[in-house]
Amino acid sequence: MAEIENLFSKVQHSRDAVCRAEGLACVRGAMPVFEGVSFAVSSGQALCVRGANGSGKSSLLRQLAGLLPLAAGVLTPPELARNAHYLGHADGLKAALTIAETLAYDAALAGHGDGSALGDVAMRLGLAGRDWQFVADLSAGQKRRLTLARLVIDPRPLWLLDEPMTALDDAGCALVGTLAKAHLQSGGMIIAASHEALDFADAELLLGSEA
Amino acid sequence: MLKALENISALYANPTRFMGLAAKLHMPLWALAIGLLAYGLYRVANVPADYQQGETVRIMFVHVPAAWMSLFGYSFIFFASVTALIFRHPLGHVAARAAAPVGAVFTLLALITGSLWGQPMWGTWWVWDARLTSVLVLLFIYLGYIALWQAIDEPIRAARAASILAIVGFINVPIVKFSVDWWNTLHQPASVSRLARPALHADFLYPLLIMGAAFLVLFLAITLTRMQMEVLRQRLRARAGKGGAAHV
Amino acid sequence: MPILAAICRQHMHLSWRSGQTVLAVSFLFIAITLLPFGLGPELKLLRALAPGLLWVVLAISLLTSLERLFQADYEDGSLDRLLLVPLAFEAVVLAKLLGHYLALVLPLIASVPLAGLLLNIEAARLPALVAAMLCGSPALVLAGGIGAALAVSVRRGGLLTVLIAMPFYVPVLIFGAAAARVSLETGLETGVAIGPYLGILAALSAASLLLAPFAIAAALRSALR
Repeated sequence: MAEIENLFSKVQHSRDAVCRAEGLACVRGAMPVFEGVSFAVSSGQALCVRGANGSGKSSLLRQLAGLLPLAAGVLTPPELARNAHYLGHADGLKAALTIAETLAYDAALAGHGDGSALGDVAMRLGLAGRDWQFVADLSAGQKRRLTLARLVIDPRPLWLLDEPMTALDDAGCALVGTLAKAHLQSGGMIIAASHEALDFADAELLLGSEA
Repeated sequence: MLKALENISALYANPTRFMGLAAKLHMPLWALAIGLLAYGLYRVANVPADYQQGETVRIMFVHVPAAWMSLFGYSFIFFASVTALIFRHPLGHVAARAAAPVGAVFTLLALITGSLWGQPMWGTWWVWDARLTSVLVLLFIYLGYIALWQAIDEPIRAARAASILAIVGFINVPIVKFSVDWWNTLHQPASVSRLARPALHADFLYPLLIMGAAFLVLFLAITLTRMQMEVLRQRLRARAGKGGAAHV
Repeated sequence: MPILAAICRQHMHLSWRSGQTVLAVSFLFIAITLLPFGLGPELKLLRALAPGLLWVVLAISLLTSLERLFQADYEDGSLDRLLLVPLAFEAVVLAKLLGHYLALVLPLIASVPLAGLLLNIEAARLPALVAAMLCGSPALVLAGGIGAALAVSVRRGGLLTVLIAMPFYVPVLIFGAAAARVSLETGLETGVAIGPYLGILAALSAASLLLAPFAIAAALRSALR
């Protein structure tokens, strides 16, 4: 796993960054989902959001990513979503593309056109030698690994991960853990929704506990 | 959960004051609409038959006000949507949604009466006359708007999508009108739309204006009733939401 | 800019890879092939109607190609990603529309001369017709994009897209067909005579370009909530 840790060796996020939420509320349709959610995550910290189905874990992450409006509350800094990666349930992968094409597109979206290091990324994520395989032919776990490539290719300080361990085997889960720890070490922040405990998390937020 | 519930009520039950006002306005508005309509129809029945068009001239007193209302209805939807989007007044969405089928029915009425009137004059049920054609396109604009409301299940999402369409569609209306008028003169340089020009003799003008006023009040009365129904329906939904929240 | 180019290229790539381009062009030719069965094979009649028919068939082919414009991205989560690209979402939307235009609409317009041949159109009228289509088609794509964006969350939203977009197509069809008509009447002076029509079509496209990206971006944003 050493080579994975090295992936972020050149990346250094601001050590003073803090992501703060105060009194967030979420309403879906006419249904209140949660209310009064507050937390702060500073550089190098990971927060694990837990709760039952329907408690609003995914909605909270979508709010943090700026995809869902806040029914109430304040998020600081306001440009939070601009510096965030959001990995949701829908993976945004295109079945008609190959792994190499997917990675090249990830790199282009990140703003660096040269794809020289992409083979390296694929190898480290356990997708080596599959460059010309179509995404349609990948297993759910392999697709998940492929989405992780975005985190590596485009280093952004905040990761918003929705059930990051879904569909992954033991090695895959270990991979996510290693990536997360390397990211935290370089000063990044993680907010992850999960129904099970995550070993890289420093704190837990329990949603839907009051009712 | 209390605060979140207050936010919902801001979205849904805020029209409390509106409901109070609507309850007061409801009866007088309907009485005025029916009274005006009855008086207008009486006046129309007593209009002398036209020396050219005979008894069919009476159709004009329905057709022309209906065509006015088709445009008024869409303008109403536009302004209600702008109010909803810019001033974030939830009642705007309710008003726009309530008015749409009413405007569409007036548009359909304008088309049917136009066709009925045209038949003896043109010898055919449909002519691609500039006025009829643009009213037909307007009907499609209405239908698209109504279909969009119905197709999206989630009410807030539907409301936003519909108001975007209402605004963009409103900009399109004069462009369609202009191009259809131009297209019509291109293809039929000689025949001028006769539906557009009623003889403005006082015998005709007053009944026409009374019918116009009757249709306007009728439009407002139906729209008001539909708005009351819509608010009640949303309150029911919000109440169901409250019940659902209890086990979260 | 390179990010926008990548989004545009990706859209073209996928349209081509998933066979959308071939499908749209095939649709155009199938529609053209059906016409003589409905109208009769009389070449004179087909020739007289050809410009109008070609415009209508182009518009319908374009409309049918629009259903999936944003829907695939909406369903697989790509739209979430595009919304998080650190650029104005309106620009991202324009990049996608440009990709759609290059991958689907240009091939459609390029097939018009061949389709016109099947309808026995005079070759001399083709340049004016194609020029009018080039000027007017951006408005068709942009207006169709509004329909596609508003209907994006609706399963089987194709018909809804058509219903929403159709009223916006009326002015473009009127002036587009008029340009083709004028080219018939004026013969040699065509270039001068159709100028105003091309101008109006271009103005419609420019107005759509100013307005549509905002409407589309707003519609997509609200669909993602």
